[in-house]
Amino acid sequence: MTESVFKDSASEGADQSGLWQPNRSASKLSQKAVVILFGAFAMVSVFTTFGIIFTLLFETIEFFREVSIIEFFTATRWTALFANPEFGVMVLMCGTFLTSVIGLIIAIPLGLLSAICLSEYAPRQLRKVLKPALELLAGVPTVVFGYFALLLVTPFLRSFIPDMSIFNALSAGIVLGFAILPTIASLSEDAIFAVPSSLRQGSYALGSTKRETITGVVLPAALSGIVASIILGVARAVGETMIVTLAAGQSPTLTLDPRVSVQTMTSFIVQVTKGDAPYGTIEFKTLFAVGMTLFVITLILNIFSFWFVRKYQEKYE
Amino acid sequence: MKSSVQTLPPSSDDQFKSQLDKRYNIDRIFQAISWIATFSGIVVLTILIIGILSQGLSTLSFDFLTSPPSRQPDRAGVWPAFLGSIFLVIITGAVSFPIGVGSGIFLQEFARENKLAKVIEINISNLAAVPSIIYGLLGLFVFARLMSAITGGRSVLSGGLTLALLILPVIIVATREALKAVPDSIRQAGMALGATEWQTVRTHVLPQAIPGIMTGTILALSRAIGETAPIIAVGAAAFVPFAPEFSIEGLQEPAFTAMPIQIFNWVSRPQEEFHTIAASAIIILMIVLLAMNATAILLRNRFQNSR
Repeated sequence: MTESVFKDSASEGADQSGLWQPNRSASKLSQKAVVILFGAFAMVSVFTTFGIIFTLLFETIEFFREVSIIEFFTATRWTALFANPEFGVMVLMCGTFLTSVIGLIIAIPLGLLSAICLSEYAPRQLRKVLKPALELLAGVPTVVFGYFALLLVTPFLRSFIPDMSIFNALSAGIVLGFAILPTIASLSEDAIFAVPSSLRQGSYALGSTKRETITGVVLPAALSGIVASIILGVARAVGETMIVTLAAGQSPTLTLDPRVSVQTMTSFIVQVTKGDAPYGTIEFKTLFAVGMTLFVITLILNIFSFWFVRKYQEKYE
Repeated sequence: MKSSVQTLPPSSDDQFKSQLDKRYNIDRIFQAISWIATFSGIVVLTILIIGILSQGLSTLSFDFLTSPPSRQPDRAGVWPAFLGSIFLVIITGAVSFPIGVGSGIFLQEFARENKLAKVIEINISNLAAVPSIIYGLLGLFVFARLMSAITGGRSVLSGGLTLALLILPVIIVATREALKAVPDSIRQAGMALGATEWQTVRTHVLPQAIPGIMTGTILALSRAIGETAPIIAVGAAAFVPFAPEFSIEGLQEPAFTAMPIQIFNWVSRPQEEFHTIAASAIIILMIVLLAMNATAILLRNRFQNSR
């Protein structure tokens, strides 16, 4: 703001006085050009959002011209690729729900405890090594986790549960949990680490032990950041594709039995796009209807997270 | 007050028990569990790496890197997929780096208190949580279909553009963080000498921020290399026996593959021989990723030490 005032007075002054008048039109022009260009670049991310919404809406509306919206949400069978297709998205949502819940049962406690350990218990030097090591786990491509789930974890689990099928929700869910663990751990750790130490000292002064201080004072103070990290973890679990495609299989089943194969929303999208679905067919439109459902779920999670952080964020000096 | 005192047991020593032994025991158990949790992630990472190395090292060779894929696992290689991944990274980087850094500069330097900047900021944090497969559907619809005259349909160009959109938010955030770390006094000095905002940013702020920006960009690109779902959705094919050509036509060729696609394809086959070469391909992919990550960390350390 200050510089615009400065520019105005400078140009006025230049008109009247015979002093040195720097010719800055070229640099001012380049300034303007750059602001416009970079502003246009910044709009790309906005257009991406519009692009996603437009793309999904366009084909989803086409889809609902052929399939009733009531059937889509209430039917209990998903046979989109068969001759007499039934579109009960509940079946795919159930698969997503099952694998995500198994993953979150692992990722939330382990992630939170890791965050607590890194922030409160680990010596500073060790923390400097452990945190990047955990983040390395986050850098492993999901297709590699898929390999791990299908070819290492599943055979291991099957030696305990012999009647489990080769493709199953349990193995996919467990590996999914370890894939999202670093997200939850790293972001929660940031939140916990940011809690001022005066709060901890106050709690010690009242006679609390370290564990009581952590669970009674530090965690509540970091709540908004922890919840935001967990919600991001949930969004990752719901949108995770390769692990569930490889390890949970491709058979849409409405079940909560973790030993059998399920199909998630994401693995359905992979199954169809892998097979080169031609434009305009019902399979092609189904892709976008399922994608829309997935997008709306992550959007709701996002909005909730945004609202929660706004409402419960604690600010410390 | 009096009545409540009367109901209490007579000896005041019994009223307050600090029970320190019990509480300290709970503390120890809690601490032990939290250490176990921390190492569980690292143990899993170790098992994963050992498992893949023991599976894939035997079939890893120079020939494996330079051969085309084959129906016979003992003759198959990853050359087209390897080149495909390199093409994808070049396209993704060439598109997302200037746009991402430009947006970051705009948001951080030119439009700091702007309403538009606020909207874009919220939008970017939203985009970061959108599943990558949704970007794949966007790429399928917009790049592979609507813009097929330019991209050639389901081509490596469409795939690269899709990945560019996917990592754009990461680069923007990294750029903003790097710019935020440059002290304001530098901007004020530039402005005081009569430089325009852009001149100050170009000659003084950006050179200081560039290591941070590069670190963020390399990490984002290493994420793009490992992404599988969006490029399957855009239309990466599982079996492409020829390496892509470095020409406009090569970029528009409506058949391309990449390392993660090749791995996915081999893992999903039932024969065990293909699982072994999938592990070899994973080793190559992980070496590339590790090299990129190491570069990023080196850059960051160098930058931090020099300040």
